[in-house]
Amino acid sequence: MAELLKSFVPVWLAYSTAAAVNAALLVVLALMVAAVCNWLERKVAGRIQDRLGPTRVGGRFGWLQSVADGLKLLAKEDLIPQGADRLLFRAAPYVSFCAACSLYLALPLADGWVALQLNSAVFFILAVAGLEVLGVILAGYASGSKWSLFGAMREAAQVVSNEIPLALCALIPVMIAGSMDLVEIGNRQEGWLTNWLVFHDPFTFLTFFVYLTCAVASVNRAPFDLAEAESELVAGFMTEYSGFRWGVFFMAEYASMFVISGLAAILFLGGWNGPVPIAQWLGLTRDVGPLAAWLGNFLGMCNMLLKCSLGVLVMMWLRWTLPRLRIDQVMTVCLRYCIPLAAVALLGAMWWTYMWPGGW
Amino acid sequence: MDINWHSFFFLLVALLTCAFALAVVISSNIVRMAFYLVLSLGGVAGLFFLAGADFLGGLQLLVYVGGTLVLLAFGVMLTARAPLVSMKTAPGQWVLAAVVGGCLLAVLLQVAWSVGQWAGPGRPGVLEEEAKPTAAPLGLGLVGVRVDQLDVDRRADLTEKEKKAREAGMSGYLVAFEVISVHLVVVLIGAAYLARAKRRVDAPLARPPQT
Repeated sequence: MAELLKSFVPVWLAYSTAAAVNAALLVVLALMVAAVCNWLERKVAGRIQDRLGPTRVGGRFGWLQSVADGLKLLAKEDLIPQGADRLLFRAAPYVSFCAACSLYLALPLADGWVALQLNSAVFFILAVAGLEVLGVILAGYASGSKWSLFGAMREAAQVVSNEIPLALCALIPVMIAGSMDLVEIGNRQEGWLTNWLVFHDPFTFLTFFVYLTCAVASVNRAPFDLAEAESELVAGFMTEYSGFRWGVFFMAEYASMFVISGLAAILFLGGWNGPVPIAQWLGLTRDVGPLAAWLGNFLGMCNMLLKCSLGVLVMMWLRWTLPRLRIDQVMTVCLRYCIPLAAVALLGAMWWTYMWPGGW
Repeated sequence: MDINWHSFFFLLVALLTCAFALAVVISSNIVRMAFYLVLSLGGVAGLFFLAGADFLGGLQLLVYVGGTLVLLAFGVMLTARAPLVSMKTAPGQWVLAAVVGGCLLAVLLQVAWSVGQWAGPGRPGVLEEEAKPTAAPLGLGLVGVRVDQLDVDRRADLTEKEKKAREAGMSGYLVAFEVISVHLVVVLIGAAYLARAKRRVDAPLARPPQT
């Protein structure tokens, strides 16, 4: 794009415009995800509880509900408690949101369709996903209330301990694919759904479910949403937040939910490669031509987005189905069950790939 | 006008890193200090990403920024009592710190400028150089395959003795690395054992007040 603009405007303007447009695209993707998820959450919650959910805004299905919610949040009074550390209180939501947005830098949506193809993308995503908790801790501290501080502590303990099994689970596909590059891991699973890494061997099948559990816990969704627990613990670290700042926390949560499902889709569920190799049948591969490759990639992107949304949907389904755990039960699930299971799966997958390197 | 974007972002990130590092020193609130420290370390990670060392950048984020985060959470907040929340520095300490810091800065600058390869902008071919993948050579180096020294046998300018020495360096660091990891785990378990709440089994139960 910079090359195209260069013929009309000065070089420095062309490059900075191109950079700004690309960055804006990423942020818009994150925001769109948050908006769609917000509507979906209300709809799914409604249906599961035998209600209709939003029906009015925007005509059918209440599809403009997120816009209405956004306007409501903007119009609310922006409260800052008296004992709060004002600077940190204001900064905290944006720290969370920035971390969630940076995750989209490294998440590929199709073969090579990624903002930044990192050689160690899995590592980058795991590292940045851990930073989101910084905003939460700051929010809890800066609110100047013990209630919020305890909420932040709960969240910090939960997220930090769940990163260990999460990283162990992510290690297994990395080991099988022999690369930390998400594009390469995705391309390795080309073809039928039997090529998906979740069906690689029994251990990866087990790993997928351990990953799912830890992923739900690490993005603070029910049944592990002890950090917020709005009905019992009155929103934990967010107790003092209102209006738009509260909304920013929620956008960060939905954005990271989507990325964590995307990571699951690429690591275990074939990424942009469908259950059936439709793109190959239609001849939309790279060796046919650039247009065919583009169309194939587009199909792949739809596939990938579908898988991410399914992952998010599963998380919502869990939230409205299961009761909330106590904090000690959350820690037990993580430390007593997930970590040993992940370690066993890692050893097992190692043994399996050693015995049958070509798969079975 | 032709802006060297790489230099521009390098200067921007470096400036931010230094500014936050200064803020750590100047600020007197301990939690804010930790927050600025996180931002400063994040800036260092940004510098690594700019240099194309994305694995190192990720490592910086995970180990240093994440570590400071845990420090912030469990170290600072739980111990931040009234005398420690706000720390005032005496003028004498300022002078001492300035002298020590200045000396270190002088030494580092001297070293940095004495390396010929790092000197000056306008060096051709730096920006065009592809950022090399960093993770694979690191991993291979750990098990003893030095990607950068694969051509040792064919190098004519080395003597036999030098070749031997280079090959001895290819033995890998895996065992040492594992020993250190196990050592760290033992240290962590020990720390957790020492720090756990001590419950006395024979402690008398608190009686409810008699009415």
